[in-house]
Amino acid sequence: MGLDAAFWIMAVIGVVAALSVVFLRNVFRAALALVLCFITVAGLYITLSADFLAAVQILVYVGAISVLIILAIMMTRDVQQGSPSNKMKFPVFVIVAVLLGIMIYTVTTTPWAISDEAPLTPTTVPLAQNLFSESGFILPVEIAAMLLLAAILGAIVIAREKDK
Amino acid sequence: MTVGLEHYLVLSAVLFCIGLYGALTKRNAVIVLICVELMLNAVNISLVAFSSYVVPVLLTGQVFAIFVMVVAAAEVAVGLAIILAIYRGLTDIDINNINLMKW
Repeated sequence: MGLDAAFWIMAVIGVVAALSVVFLRNVFRAALALVLCFITVAGLYITLSADFLAAVQILVYVGAISVLIILAIMMTRDVQQGSPSNKMKFPVFVIVAVLLGIMIYTVTTTPWAISDEAPLTPTTVPLAQNLFSESGFILPVEIAAMLLLAAILGAIVIAREKDK
Repeated sequence: MTVGLEHYLVLSAVLFCIGLYGALTKRNAVIVLICVELMLNAVNISLVAFSSYVVPVLLTGQVFAIFVMVVAAAEVAVGLAIILAIYRGLTDIDINNINLMKW
């Protein structure tokens, strides 16, 4: 039952890291807790036998996105007074708790059609065949490439210095 | 009790709700973006869990998770650029004070 133990360890660490992202006063420490949460999510992907996604999670989230976020925190450092909450704390907490209750109730009472086939491993080759074959997802892949290009150009244009 | 699909879905719901709480209550714009990333990760967990428990051979859930990651990367790049631009103009990233377009 190694997978079960791995799931519980990852789940507990991930939830604690997510809670500390929300409740830590120091913004930089919150970003580091976010990195820990991303790593545990990658571990969960491995327990789900999604090896390619785990690698992508480490590369994209732990590698790139967290570096971007930490860079933004550094650039806006002199105004940070921790991460205060607004006045909506209590009503939002009630709404989120109700939503969580509804989701857990729905998830645990729905009879899921669980297949008894073993998941594919390794997943890299079947994923590539899914993504790039003509009967697969080649059009969304092209659109995703266009989206990334547009996002890069937009970020450069927005963040550029205006005075010159 | 062995770990099944429900465990992953409940974990995903818990992470999603933590992210939602942070995104709705925090006043630092960077923290709000971080919480949105947390919510996207929670959704990814449930997509991958469905993929490996319900359609283990088709991998469609993992393909969808890859597209969610692409959109998340684009979102965080543009979002942080907007935050830096606002910071340059207002020297502040407190969401309560960024109300130029508030009616």
